[in-house]
Amino acid sequence: MFADWPLLSLLIWLPAIGGVLVLFVGGDKHAARARFLALFFSLLNMFFCVLAYIYFDNHTYKMQFVENITWIPAYGIHYALGVDGISLPLIFLTAFTTLLVILASWKTIHQKVSQYLATFLIMQGMVIGVFAALDSLLFYIFWEGMLIPMYLSIGIWGSENRSYAAIKFFLFTFMGSALMLVALLYLRIQVNSFYILDFYEAPLSMTVQVLIFVAFLLAFAVKVPMWPVHTWLPDAHTEAPAGGSVVLAALMLKMGAYGFLRFSMPITPDASRALDWFMITLSLIAVVYIGMIAIAQKDMKKLIAYSSVSHMGFVTLGCFMLYIITAKTGNVLDAYMGLEGAMVQMISHAFGSGAMFLGFGMLYERLHTRLISNFGGIAKTMPIFSAFFIIFALSNIGLPGTSGFVGEFMIILSAFKANFWIAFSAALTLIIGAVYTLWMYKRVFYGTIANEHVAALKDIGKLEILIFSLITITIFGIGLYPAPLLDMFHVSVGHLLELSLRSKL
Amino acid sequence: MIVHHIQTASLICILSPLLGAAISGLAGKRIGNRASHTVAIVGLAISFAAAIYLFAQVVLYKVPVYNADLYLWGGSGRFSFHAGILVDSLTTVMVTTVTFVSLLVHVYSIGYMRGDPAYHRFFSYMSLFTFFMLVLVMGNNFLMLFFGWEGVGLVSYLLIGFWFERESAARGSMKAFIVNRVGDFGFILGIAVVLAYFGTLDYAQVFKQAPSLAGEIVDISGTQFSVITVMALLLFVGAMGKSAQIPLHVWLPESMEGPTPISALIHAATMVTAGVYMVARLSPLFEFSEVALSVVLVFGATGALFLGMLALVENDIKRVIAYSTMSQLGYMMAANGVSAFSAAIFHLMTHACFKALLFLAAGSVIVALHHQQDMRKMGGLRKYLPITYITFLIGALALAALPPFAGFYSKDAIIEVVKQANTPGATYAYYCLLIGAFVTSLYIFRAFFMTFHGEERMVDDQNEHKHGHGEIHESEYFILLPLVLLAIPSIFLGFMMVTPMLYSGQFSLLGSSIYVAPEFDFMTALVTHYDGPAYMALTAFMHPPFWLSVLGILMAWCFYVKYPYWATYTRKYMEIFYCVLKNKYGFDAFNDFFFVRGVRGISQFFYRIGDVKIIDDCMVNGTGRAISHMSAWVRKLQSGYLYHYVFVMILGLFAFLAWVLL
Repeated sequence: MFADWPLLSLLIWLPAIGGVLVLFVGGDKHAARARFLALFFSLLNMFFCVLAYIYFDNHTYKMQFVENITWIPAYGIHYALGVDGISLPLIFLTAFTTLLVILASWKTIHQKVSQYLATFLIMQGMVIGVFAALDSLLFYIFWEGMLIPMYLSIGIWGSENRSYAAIKFFLFTFMGSALMLVALLYLRIQVNSFYILDFYEAPLSMTVQVLIFVAFLLAFAVKVPMWPVHTWLPDAHTEAPAGGSVVLAALMLKMGAYGFLRFSMPITPDASRALDWFMITLSLIAVVYIGMIAIAQKDMKKLIAYSSVSHMGFVTLGCFMLYIITAKTGNVLDAYMGLEGAMVQMISHAFGSGAMFLGFGMLYERLHTRLISNFGGIAKTMPIFSAFFIIFALSNIGLPGTSGFVGEFMIILSAFKANFWIAFSAALTLIIGAVYTLWMYKRVFYGTIANEHVAALKDIGKLEILIFSLITITIFGIGLYPAPLLDMFHVSVGHLLELSLRSKL
Repeated sequence: MIVHHIQTASLICILSPLLGAAISGLAGKRIGNRASHTVAIVGLAISFAAAIYLFAQVVLYKVPVYNADLYLWGGSGRFSFHAGILVDSLTTVMVTTVTFVSLLVHVYSIGYMRGDPAYHRFFSYMSLFTFFMLVLVMGNNFLMLFFGWEGVGLVSYLLIGFWFERESAARGSMKAFIVNRVGDFGFILGIAVVLAYFGTLDYAQVFKQAPSLAGEIVDISGTQFSVITVMALLLFVGAMGKSAQIPLHVWLPESMEGPTPISALIHAATMVTAGVYMVARLSPLFEFSEVALSVVLVFGATGALFLGMLALVENDIKRVIAYSTMSQLGYMMAANGVSAFSAAIFHLMTHACFKALLFLAAGSVIVALHHQQDMRKMGGLRKYLPITYITFLIGALALAALPPFAGFYSKDAIIEVVKQANTPGATYAYYCLLIGAFVTSLYIFRAFFMTFHGEERMVDDQNEHKHGHGEIHESEYFILLPLVLLAIPSIFLGFMMVTPMLYSGQFSLLGSSIYVAPEFDFMTALVTHYDGPAYMALTAFMHPPFWLSVLGILMAWCFYVKYPYWATYTRKYMEIFYCVLKNKYGFDAFNDFFFVRGVRGISQFFYRIGDVKIIDDCMVNGTGRAISHMSAWVRKLQSGYLYHYVFVMILGLFAFLAWVLL
């Protein structure tokens, strides 16, 4: 019976409605009520996600759960939704992340509780909208729309320097997207439709393709973020509240990578082919250079942020290797692994980085400092917390058996197909990642107890253990048995490869 | 039917330590110390029983090689990766060795770790380690190998840092992981080459295709390399990290910061031999690259001599044994290099027993002296610790390769086969190994005499007066039992196993699991001169290694028991030599300067200059400033005076007219 329901609309609008309800019901006096209501909506969303997963058909690349309503007929704008194997896992991820954020805020947010929860619920709806939209204008609306709750969450619940970070964040991401709108309008004129799938068929000359590619690149590269437009992220992360950081790392960055897969590569395949070396170079710079920068950080949250950027370099690397690989081996089948690796990396990054941000949030809430030098010996006072954190750290450095390994492994292995030196540079992350992660872990958790604040720490409680256990199960689940996740990708990635490898000239 | 049993037995073998680790790790606090170690030990005992069963099936009843995938880990495009198990003779030898030593070390830890606040965590880690080690040796493809490989590295990291409040332990654990990661960097690239050229990571399929790839050439930045050589060398980089080969050996001495049972289990008997196992397992690849074999040989032999020499000037008893481990790993690698894989694995087995014995005996000394590891503060302990004394002596004799102890058979075979070999570098390697035999017996008997003989130098740290002699007493039962149980194979294992392992020609125990190319088959030449273990022991005095070992023992006795002033005297006249060894050939200083400070400097530079100055200050905030300057300038135009605007309009009109008319 559920198969006929407008599942995607429910996924988008239920949390939004929930957010509004929470706003009305809540108020700081009724914080508990707001929390339970938010949790209810978030669980409800998880439930619909599971339904979508159950009814999802792995064997077709066609969009599923399609909804299509004419919205503004005068301009041909539709309210069109649908998912394939690329977007559904991301939607699942969104629902799961929001659930974690809401649980994590239970005991940490005491001011403007209902507003906080509403912000994240509404944001969830918007992000799902981004991943589900089939109409490019609808996509654009969600894309820009989610900036507002994000901006608010940094601006209101952030730390000291929050307004600089919030404005920097907003300007960077907003300016990046402005050109994307121009590109979308141009494409609309070409094919007389706002459907993304219609854009795939638009015949475009090389010059036009390059221009469109660059317009998209600005929007997506800022979001990913790629070097050199990444500097907003460490600032945004350091100032954002824990939940904001988690959503930033786990979801917002994925929107950029998703954009490359949904727009850049299939719409402008020739430009992607011509500029792939550029994208690969930027990705490798992210992996190596940003990784090195992470080593230099004295601020724990900045370190995690830079590590997050460095890992996203793997995503973009995996996305753009297909041209070199197919040119070299002539076999499309060889190109799958890079792309699918990138997609696994998108998911697993959410659990590695997201979980570390969440964990850091718990430390920050107790000690109110971000400087690594103010920590030390926490493993003594918070053994359970430290045990969980090492799991996240290990996933972050791609230890086999954790989710972080799967994507890196697949991407490094397929990079070798492309070029020895690409694989070489990418594999450097094995060393660099271990250096910054373990050095940080050593300074924060090992050693003697640094000061009386650390000595007075209490270990995490049941709720936090629950949150961390959920993440840990996911990390090991994907790490030990990624096949079900990969199975969701195969057909859609095959179609994407077909679209991205053809020539429009 | 039997296949079914093999699968069940191997699963039980792998999973029961994991279960033990999970229970004692997650529920350890609740169920208490006693229950924790019981669970872990029972898990290990079951695993050991399963290992014995497998060994019997494969070695005695000759069941065919069991090779099966358990489940599809993941697939992508035309590649698929499985989790699978391979049970052949090499596997069973490794599995039996690992579970045997691990079981004894578990028992030993009851005594050694008594009273530690994180007692249950320790047992959990040790069982977890065993699980990963078993995956490493039982996997049937490179993915499983890598999984186990990184897993044991992780547990090693956790256990070196077990007493993490100590700065040295925290640093040592990090160093171990990162140096190993440098090796893994090569390893994963090696796996990438395998996948790129074979299209699969499954051992059986890779080995089947290997001969066809022998002549293949790969082009890296314009230079031509043989594919198999590149592949083998990259994989060997991984082995260098784990098996502490020069120059990636630097982490092993610092791993001694971990509790002693760990040094015995992980950093002597099992994990560090993973690289040796890997090269032997991948023999069908290495055999097609003489370059790779030669590199393995030279690196191994160099380590065998030069890392062993470091033990001569070390005063920490555990570190002496650690350097000895590196040296012995060098012997095994050298054996791999001359394609005597069976000799390498045989030495791995005997070494696991006598080296674990030496470490555990050292641990017994350390416990008796209340965690004193400095041999300058020991001496004359044979009176107080008779059982430890005897067992340590057995271990030392085995290590010094005196007949008929276990080490004799394995090490002598290695030296002999290297002598026969004509792999490039074999002559150099032979002399390294030969001198190494002398160095080995010198350093281990130096340690032996310093610890158990001579005058008593025990000093109480607080009061600087001699220990009341009543305080030093033999360790408890749990500590002594494993010593005795390890001493037995340290004596007899070589005698018993040498014929099936090395000298049975095509029927040799490992025959089916390793591949030796006909042109590198130097072992066969030895078989013809072989007349049984007893004869081998009796004729040992006809070979130089025997005399070198004896000379080493004699010299140690003279220097450290009979004429102690010789030692001071020698040091004075060999100052340079002593300095070089004391500074460990400068590896640490070099790494510290080049890598630690270098990387920190570069990353600081990237951050301060690249990100903060150029991108943020110039480009990002610069754009912001530029816009505000520009708007300040534009603001001046909007003066609000009507006559300004009219003036501009008239100017514009003129310009327009001029353009139209002209």
